[in-house]
Amino acid sequence: MDKLLTVSMSPHVHHRDTTSRLMYGVVIALLPAWAASVWFFGWGALYIPLLSVFFAVLFEYLIARFLLKREPSVRDGSAVVTGLLLAFTLPVNIPVWILAIGVFVAIGVGKMSFGGLGTNPFNPALVGRVFLFISFPVQMTSWPLPKGFATADAVTGATPLGLLKEGMRQGEHVADMMKELPANLDMFMGHMPGSMGEVAAAALLLGFLYLLWKRIITWHIPVTIFVTVFLFSGLLWLIDPVNNATPWFHLLSGGLMLGAIFMATDYVTSPMTHRGMIWYGVGIGLLTVIIRRWGAYPEGVQFAILIMNAFVPLINLYVKPKRFGEVKKNG
Amino acid sequence: MQKIKTFPKGGVHPPEHKLSAGRPIEVLPPGGRVVVPVVQHIGAPAEPVVQRGDEVKVGQLLAKSSGYVSANVHSPVSGKVFRIDKRFDASGYKRTSVIIDVEGDDWLPEIDRSETLVREITAAREEILARIQEAGIVGMGGATFPSHVKLNVPRGKKAELLIINGVECEPYLTADHRLMLERGEELLVGTRILMKALGVDRAVIGIENNKPDAIEHLSRLTAAEEGITVQPLKVKYPQGGEKQLIKAVTGREVPSGGLPIDVGVVVHNVGTTVAAYEAVQKNKPLIERVVTVTGKSLAKPSNFLVRIGTPISALVDAAGGLPDDTGKVVLGGPMMGKAVARLDIPVTKGISGVLLIPDAEAHRRPYQACIRCARCVSVCPMGLEPYLLMDLGVHERFERARDERVMDCIECGSCSYICPADRPLLDYIRLDKLRVGEMIRKAKQAVK
Repeated sequence: MDKLLTVSMSPHVHHRDTTSRLMYGVVIALLPAWAASVWFFGWGALYIPLLSVFFAVLFEYLIARFLLKREPSVRDGSAVVTGLLLAFTLPVNIPVWILAIGVFVAIGVGKMSFGGLGTNPFNPALVGRVFLFISFPVQMTSWPLPKGFATADAVTGATPLGLLKEGMRQGEHVADMMKELPANLDMFMGHMPGSMGEVAAAALLLGFLYLLWKRIITWHIPVTIFVTVFLFSGLLWLIDPVNNATPWFHLLSGGLMLGAIFMATDYVTSPMTHRGMIWYGVGIGLLTVIIRRWGAYPEGVQFAILIMNAFVPLINLYVKPKRFGEVKKNG
Repeated sequence: MQKIKTFPKGGVHPPEHKLSAGRPIEVLPPGGRVVVPVVQHIGAPAEPVVQRGDEVKVGQLLAKSSGYVSANVHSPVSGKVFRIDKRFDASGYKRTSVIIDVEGDDWLPEIDRSETLVREITAAREEILARIQEAGIVGMGGATFPSHVKLNVPRGKKAELLIINGVECEPYLTADHRLMLERGEELLVGTRILMKALGVDRAVIGIENNKPDAIEHLSRLTAAEEGITVQPLKVKYPQGGEKQLIKAVTGREVPSGGLPIDVGVVVHNVGTTVAAYEAVQKNKPLIERVVTVTGKSLAKPSNFLVRIGTPISALVDAAGGLPDDTGKVVLGGPMMGKAVARLDIPVTKGISGVLLIPDAEAHRRPYQACIRCARCVSVCPMGLEPYLLMDLGVHERFERARDERVMDCIECGSCSYICPADRPLLDYIRLDKLRVGEMIRKAKQAVK
C-alpha cells in the first residue's frame, strides 16, 4: 500500500445534524412568527431583529477574540438565535441604543461570561430581556398596537395581560374586564399589542410543528407547560370566575407561546432527560400562572423560565433515565 | 406473520446502504499463503500443535484450545506450514499465527463435503456440545465468544428460549441476510441442534423487516416446524445487540451485569447456527465463513464464502479492487467495526464484513462544545447519560462513572453517531470502562 489509511475508533458514520444545522432550524421555525410580526408592526419588525442579530454576532465575536482570546465560534448559529429571540421579546418601537445594551447583556453577561455556548445556566435572551425590563420600564412597556402593514404608526397601549393586572389593581372584576380584552381568536391570530415575536400564537405553533417535524426539539417541555398553565389557570377560574381570567386567555396572551416553544426549550438551559423536562415544564407552568395572578408583574413567563433554569442542574442530578436492566428478573 | 416488535428505549436509524443484499454468496477458492491466528476468540489463546514444515489437510487441528473459555483452531487449507510467527490481526497487534502455503484443496476424509441436507439429529446432547467445542465454533456475529460455553447452561439456571439472531442491524452488512436466504434449511437444522443442546422446545428467529425476502423464506420453511417461529422486527440499531434483541422478542430485560441466561434466554447468531449444523451433521470444523465486502466506491460489492486466514486484500481484489478514493478500511460494520491500517491481515472467525470508506467520509469532524441537546441520552439503548460519562472521563472521576453504571455500556456508538457537536462520547466512555474495570479487578483481589 502506497497510501496510508485512516484509523479511528467506531462509529465510522455520523448523523448529518450539526450544531449549526439545529440552530438554523430554530431560525427557520421562527420565520412564520417573524413574518406575522412584520405584517402587524411594519418595517420596524423587519430591521430591529436583523439589527439585534448583527449586534449579537458582533459582540460574541469581539468577546471571544479579544477578551477570552480564543477562536470565535459565531458560525454555530447560537448567537443568531439569541439575537433573534431577544428582539422578539421587545416592543417594535424600542430605541436602537437600548436594544444594543440588551444584546450586550444577553451575550456578554448571559452567555460569554460563563464560558460561551453550552455553559450558561440561564437563557441568554431572557437575561437580556429581563435586564431591559427592569432598567427601562417605560420604553419596555409602551406596546404599539398592531395596525397592519400600511398604517404602522406609533399608537401604543397596554398588552392584554397589562390591562388585566391594572384592572385587578383598581379592584375591577376580571369577568367584567374580559369583555374589553381581545377575543380569543384575535389573540390566536396575533391581533393584540405585545412584543414583536409573541403576538401571533398561530405562527408560533406553526414553528413548533416545524421543530417537532425536524426533531430539533421534543414535545415534552412545550406541551407540559401548555397543559400545566391550562389546568392550573382553569382550576383557579372554576373556583373563582369573578377574579380569574379564563384558561384560554392565559394560554394565548403574553409571551407564553414564544416562551414555551422557543425559550424554555433552549438546549443548554433545559434538562437532559424526558422526565426531567416534564418536571421543568410543570414548574414553568405553575410559576407563570402564580406570577400573573399574584405577582407584581403582569407577565410571568420570563421569570418562570429563568427560575426553572436555576433548577436544571438539580433536576439533572436527581432525575435519571430509566436504566436498562433495572427491572426485576423476568420482569 | 406476527406483530412487528422492537426494543423500546433509544436507538438510531443510520442509512442502511445494503449494497450487496442482492448478490448471492460466491465461493472464493483458497490460494497463496494464509495466516491463521491462534486467538480468534474471547478467552485463552489456543496452543499450536503443528510445526514448521508439517503437511496439513483442510480441517486438521492447528492449535488446541487451552482452557474451557478458549477455542480450537483448524487448518482452513491444505498445504505446508511455512512457519509459526507473529503477524498482525484485526486488533492492530501481532498475534501468534500459523502461516501455511496453500497446495491443492485436500480435505480430511472424515468431513462430509456432500451437499445433501442431513435433517435427522442423531447426536445426543453431550455429543452435540462436544462436537461444537471440538469444531472451534465461536460467536460469528463479531463477539467471538466460544459457543459451547454459551450452550452449557450453568447449574441453577434454566434455558427456556433460544433466539437466533438474524437482525444484522449494522449498515452495509449482508452476510447473515444471504445465509438466511441461501441456507435456510441448514439454519433450521442448526437451530434444532442448538435447541437440543439447550434442552428448550422453543426458538425464535429475529429478523429486521428490511429483509422481507428472508422473513418470507424462513416463515415458509418454519411453517411446518414445531417450536420455531420467525419474529419480524422494526428496523432500529442496535437491535442485534443481545440485550436489545431479547427485550424486543420477549420483553424481558437482562439485569445489569447479568447474562441472557438470567432471563432464561440464549442467543446465537445465524452464522454460528449454520456452523453448528456443519459441525454436528457434517463433522466440519469452523474453517470458513461468509464475509460481506462492500463500500460506496467499490466496483462489485459482494458476499464471499472464504477460508479463515485469507488476507482481506484478496477479498477486496475479488470484489473489483481497492477504489482509489479509499480512506478507511473497516472490518465489520460502520457502527461497531474496527478500522485497520493494512490489508494483509487475515479473515478470522468474527469478521463479518470488509467496508471500504471513501476518504471524504473517513475523517471525523473537529468537535465542538456540548450544547446539552440531550440527544445522546435519548438514543442510549441502555438508559445511560453519555454526555455525563464523557465529562466524568475527561475529569478522571471514575468512581462516579462506575456509580452511573458505565459498565452497562454496550459500545454501540449511537451517542457518538447522533451528537451534533461531534463529541467523542464513546471514546471517553471506553476510557471510563477501562479504568473502572481495573478498579473492579483490584477490589476483587483485595477481597481475596
